[in-house]
Amino acid sequence: MTSTAEAMGTATRGSTVRVRKRPLRDAVRAAPWLLPAGLLIFGVVLFPAGYLVYDSTRTIGLAGVDQGSAGLGNYRQLWAGYELTHVLINSAIWVVVVVALTIVISLAIAQLLNNQFPGRRIVRMAVLVPWAASTVMTTLTFVYGLDPFYGVMNKLLVDLHILDEPYGFTKQPVPAFLTAIVVGIFVSLPFTTYTILAGLANVPKEVLEAAQVDGASSIRRYFSIVLPFLRNAIALATLINIINVFNSLPILQLLTGSIPGYSADTTTTLVFKILQGEHNIGVASALSVINFAIVLVVIALYLRIVRPTKRIED
Amino acid sequence: MSNTLIVGPAETGLSSPDEGRASRRPRRRRKPAGKIALQCLAGAVVALVFLFPYVIMFIGSLKGRFDVLAVPPTFFPKAWHPDNYIKMWSASQTPLLANLTSTLVIATGATLLMLVACIPAAYYTARFRFFGRGAFLFLVVVTQMLQPTLLATGLFQEFGALGLIDTWLAMILINAAFNLTFAIWILHSFFASVPREINEAAQIDGAGNWTSLVRVNLPLVWPGIVTAVIYTFVASVSEFSASLVILTTDTNQTLPVALSKFVGQYDAAWQYLFGVSIVAIVPSVLLFMAIEKYLAGGLTAGSVK
Repeated sequence: MTSTAEAMGTATRGSTVRVRKRPLRDAVRAAPWLLPAGLLIFGVVLFPAGYLVYDSTRTIGLAGVDQGSAGLGNYRQLWAGYELTHVLINSAIWVVVVVALTIVISLAIAQLLNNQFPGRRIVRMAVLVPWAASTVMTTLTFVYGLDPFYGVMNKLLVDLHILDEPYGFTKQPVPAFLTAIVVGIFVSLPFTTYTILAGLANVPKEVLEAAQVDGASSIRRYFSIVLPFLRNAIALATLINIINVFNSLPILQLLTGSIPGYSADTTTTLVFKILQGEHNIGVASALSVINFAIVLVVIALYLRIVRPTKRIED
Repeated sequence: MSNTLIVGPAETGLSSPDEGRASRRPRRRRKPAGKIALQCLAGAVVALVFLFPYVIMFIGSLKGRFDVLAVPPTFFPKAWHPDNYIKMWSASQTPLLANLTSTLVIATGATLLMLVACIPAAYYTARFRFFGRGAFLFLVVVTQMLQPTLLATGLFQEFGALGLIDTWLAMILINAAFNLTFAIWILHSFFASVPREINEAAQIDGAGNWTSLVRVNLPLVWPGIVTAVIYTFVASVSEFSASLVILTTDTNQTLPVALSKFVGQYDAAWQYLFGVSIVAIVPSVLLFMAIEKYLAGGLTAGSVK
């Protein structure tokens, strides 16, 4: 992320005044303007992150009392007791499948919405709805609709002859996990579609028209001109989706929560099972630290491989 | 998807999203009717898919107690029950009125705190270069990477140590902090687009930075402020993970937390759950529609250009 932050620091813009040479005085002058935001970031973001790392090495009783150092005991306990390999694989599948399909479907929807057709504005507004709605409420509708007995979605699938009889989507680990993936994609589509739509606005029309005059097919134009111009939009949407999807709790918790064991858990839902179900703060902290490390590594790798945002601002 | 629909040689199939406005329309070349029909059809399918769960939610909110759990289910209620929207506030499962109050107080508090924190920071970083600016903006990016879900255990411990577990204040602080990035990015880009000459003129007239911010800049960047306010408010209403660990008594819990506990209860009362969801979602959607054209901008902050 250093590169983006640096980019923010060096961008020269219309109303920016360059002040130089007096670093200390500058910082003192800036302090009152940045203090409220800085305090919030320090107090609510950085401090709990540090607390997490510290707690992961402590033995903490059920009542929350620190009983001394645990060394790496919490990590060993985590490795031994929670099918961690399986959970890590679940996390990987969850993130890769949800993010990849979200991007592909969003590319198609954005392409459609980039056309002029009657009712386009209504469709754009419809796409916005899951973004504004609470994920818990959206997911609960799926929990209800997919119930094998009173579920309306299940009935619709039977009426459309997609299913022979209502199916218990949320009763077994694998179908429940796959259902959660579908809901995960559903709630990730609005932001992704809007980001790609913003990117499509920047594809120069002249280039497309020139390619058309030269006889390039629509498919060729899409892959050779439109997609390269969308590179930054796709990269940014992917990055933000990776973070959001990895950290997504309510979808899996509501759809797979009633299944015993850890076979439909990701590392994120497992943290909450350990924290809320078992009140084991030491082990929950250790798993949170692992999550933290995973997010950092994935983002670093991603930025290194894709080099998405040269400029974070215009 | 729609690419296969491109048939006419005069049609590029790509145009800027803003071009549909009435004033521009006469300039556009005529498209083949078949293609427009296909796009309308595809559009209708997309809209239906996106609205489907919320249609189920709305119809479900008007079903009677036995109707909503009928086996096999029916799409439309046997009898319509708009009275659910009154009865739900005294539902036995959870104190929904208290949950709604809690949600609104937290979202309002978080939004106000966000404004106090973000307006000065965005203004100053957009107007001036100074030692530590890069470091500050880097921290803002880091905040976007770390989410309340990731830090929930740490937040629980920290607010526990401060004696703030189960308080509105804790959730106001958390929601304000984790929506900082969006707000600062969007406000930053608005402040940065205020012409330098305007600020210089204010300076010559003897205005200090605060006066210049309040009198000159704020009136020019109000769409950015409205966007930041709506986004923070709606995101705070939806927040789940941190609320789940911080808010422990049922009267303090926000709607997402309270509703998540409806499930699995003996008498789940889906009709009330859907009713209160509609009450929360409709205003959120209307607010989001108002800032629709700035939404992508706040999270991507111009980087797609």
